[in-house]
Amino acid sequence: MLARRNPQLNAHGELIHLLSIEGLPRAVLTQILDTAGTFLSVNDRDVKKVPLLRGKSVFNLFFENSTRTRTTFEIAAKRLSADVINLDIAKSSASKGESLLDTIANLSAMHADMFVVRHSESGAPYLIARHCAPHVHVVNAGDGRHAHPTQGLLDMYTIRHYKKSFNELTVAVVGDIVHSRVARSDIHALTTLGVPEIRAVGPKTLVPGDLRDMGVRVCHDMREGVKDADVVIMLRLQNERMSGAMLPSAGEYFKSFGLTEDILALAKPDVIVMHPGPINRGVEIDSRVADGSHSVILPQVTFGIAVRMAVMSILAGNDA
Amino acid sequence: MKILIRNGRVVDPASGRDEAADVAIAAGRIVAIGKVPADFAPDRTIEADGCVVAPGLVDLAARLKEPGPGALESELAAAAAGGVTSLVCPPDMDPPLDEPGLVDMLKFRARKLSRCRLFPLGALTQGLAGAEITEMMALTDAGCVGFSQAEATMRDNLTLLRAMQYASTRGYAVWLRPKDPSLSGGVAASGAVATRLGLSGVPVASETIAIHTIVELVRQTVARVHFCRLSSAAGVELVRRAKAEGLPVTADVSINSLHLTDVDIGYFNSDMRLTPPLRQGKDRDALRAGLADGTIDALVSDHTPVGHDDKMLPFGEATPGATGLELLLSLALKWGNESRLTLAQSLARVTSDPVRVLGEALGSLGQSAGRLVEGGVADVCVFDPQAEWQVTPEALHSRGKHTPFDAASTGTRMPGRVRHTLVAGTLAWSAATEANAA
Repeated sequence: MLARRNPQLNAHGELIHLLSIEGLPRAVLTQILDTAGTFLSVNDRDVKKVPLLRGKSVFNLFFENSTRTRTTFEIAAKRLSADVINLDIAKSSASKGESLLDTIANLSAMHADMFVVRHSESGAPYLIARHCAPHVHVVNAGDGRHAHPTQGLLDMYTIRHYKKSFNELTVAVVGDIVHSRVARSDIHALTTLGVPEIRAVGPKTLVPGDLRDMGVRVCHDMREGVKDADVVIMLRLQNERMSGAMLPSAGEYFKSFGLTEDILALAKPDVIVMHPGPINRGVEIDSRVADGSHSVILPQVTFGIAVRMAVMSILAGNDA
Repeated sequence: MKILIRNGRVVDPASGRDEAADVAIAAGRIVAIGKVPADFAPDRTIEADGCVVAPGLVDLAARLKEPGPGALESELAAAAAGGVTSLVCPPDMDPPLDEPGLVDMLKFRARKLSRCRLFPLGALTQGLAGAEITEMMALTDAGCVGFSQAEATMRDNLTLLRAMQYASTRGYAVWLRPKDPSLSGGVAASGAVATRLGLSGVPVASETIAIHTIVELVRQTVARVHFCRLSSAAGVELVRRAKAEGLPVTADVSINSLHLTDVDIGYFNSDMRLTPPLRQGKDRDALRAGLADGTIDALVSDHTPVGHDDKMLPFGEATPGATGLELLLSLALKWGNESRLTLAQSLARVTSDPVRVLGEALGSLGQSAGRLVEGGVADVCVFDPQAEWQVTPEALHSRGKHTPFDAASTGTRMPGRVRHTLVAGTLAWSAATEANAA
């Protein structure tokens, strides 16, 4: 039953890799959010550094390109005084025929302490965590459609910052849920933290009924989905989904599931609007909403640094 | 060579025989069961106390990983070690089995090894490209027992209709894995697990649409069709109805689909990356019930050796397939035990029933393969039903070391251990010899 044990936790239940929110106890999530709170002030100092990861090497392994996420991890690691090595292996190693595990073995031999991994295949960070040296920690920075746990955590930090508690909230996640690792991580985090109503909103091609098994209410109507919500999380609609068999056009999508001021008026008066970025103005969200008083899209980015610092510092303190 | 198997429990599913008896073998055939002539002087005696003496297993789906130096040797050794005395291999080798010369060569090489009888399926279309049909008559003369597209798809339904018409001219069986090409691109079964793990799904409709289409073409052509590797409850139900209608169809299920579900994927365990994908609990239950009531005729290993490097990849990129020849007997027994079947009933699905599926394609061998009858061929599997074991990759004879039933993966306890395998009255494998050699 070895393969069944949650590979993210050691025998003491401490976090040794961050691969998915799923299966993490509430206490671990709370610990990360609390720790992030203490790092938020570091970002406001003149000297934005703490020595927690001094002498440690953090390797950013991006098998799939993402300048934005990679940069936030890089900033977080540097603020913890780690040495950061960015490897754009998006296609280079693979095109030379090197296997994923050979790449990992090579980098482990360079005495890496932490791998921050983004990969286009769901589950790839699990494979890496299973086969890297025992002292190396793996952080999933997004794998296929599966998980993006640091985004999920920064979303939880943002919600807690504005709403204080999770216990009475209604949260709507809107858009391309079936292809979204952010949505999956958000849903797992929200259920673990005790949010009583989580809605997944979108057309049936993007919001499959199977999601009910993850503890969400599936809504195929935007008005029903947003009504009385405390939090609305909009997802980015990828360009390749804007036309074809999933959706007829970006225009029809915006009309039926775009977030406009009129729709947002159905939510609670103090609703917050979130988005993992980058946003498509006029596709999933109207500019007036994105830039409006309910939007917390930019604070999310700021919190993201603190949350990633928290994750890395906690991992560095735990042994396999 | 005369062999006497003494004091075993002889179980012959076809006749229902289940009794303590000696079995005498001479010149490749069974000469006596029970009353062994007093003047029978064996060259070798196998003591079978506490063991079951059963017909050698007949596996309707085992890939041999041909070509490749030593591949045939290792996989046929795996068959013998698993008690499998006859196996059917699909035509998706490199090159595909679409010419009589290739079939001749394969049969010749297998015969020289004398580990296991090999019955190839010919390619239904040239190069398995799904467009032009093969020389089925010449391929049959070379030894093919049916025709298949393996995992390749047909170009269109017209080509499938023509291929079935042509095959039915001579009563050749067409073996098809029911899947819709446009719906079968995913890496896991559609459902809650695939959705949660973010894996692309293969809906049940992939299987049912294909079965509907094929059944409709069977109605038109009366071609003999064998459905390979059913994976869903809905698929089982469609085959049940087709059989009730009297259509000439049969079906099999793999050991993997019979025992596992998509939940076993766990944390992206690539040993669970299989084709067809593992489905949900209700599907597994229906497959088990279908195999028990005879809707599904045979249990197959779906043996597919996959190299280590091809499994050490993210789930979606890993090559589908698992080793199975050495697990078939135990997993048939496990299913039988759990379904409260008699030993004869569970063994029937891996002996006499698969022979029935092959039918006339086996020629005179069809009279006695998969059975224990006086005068019949001596293909025998002697196993200890009380022995329990766990799968450790390094102990397998096959070059394919990956299986979902790995002790380190699911920790499955495997009932029953093969002690001796005889093919045509010759010892093809023996646990005792192997222990001595080691």
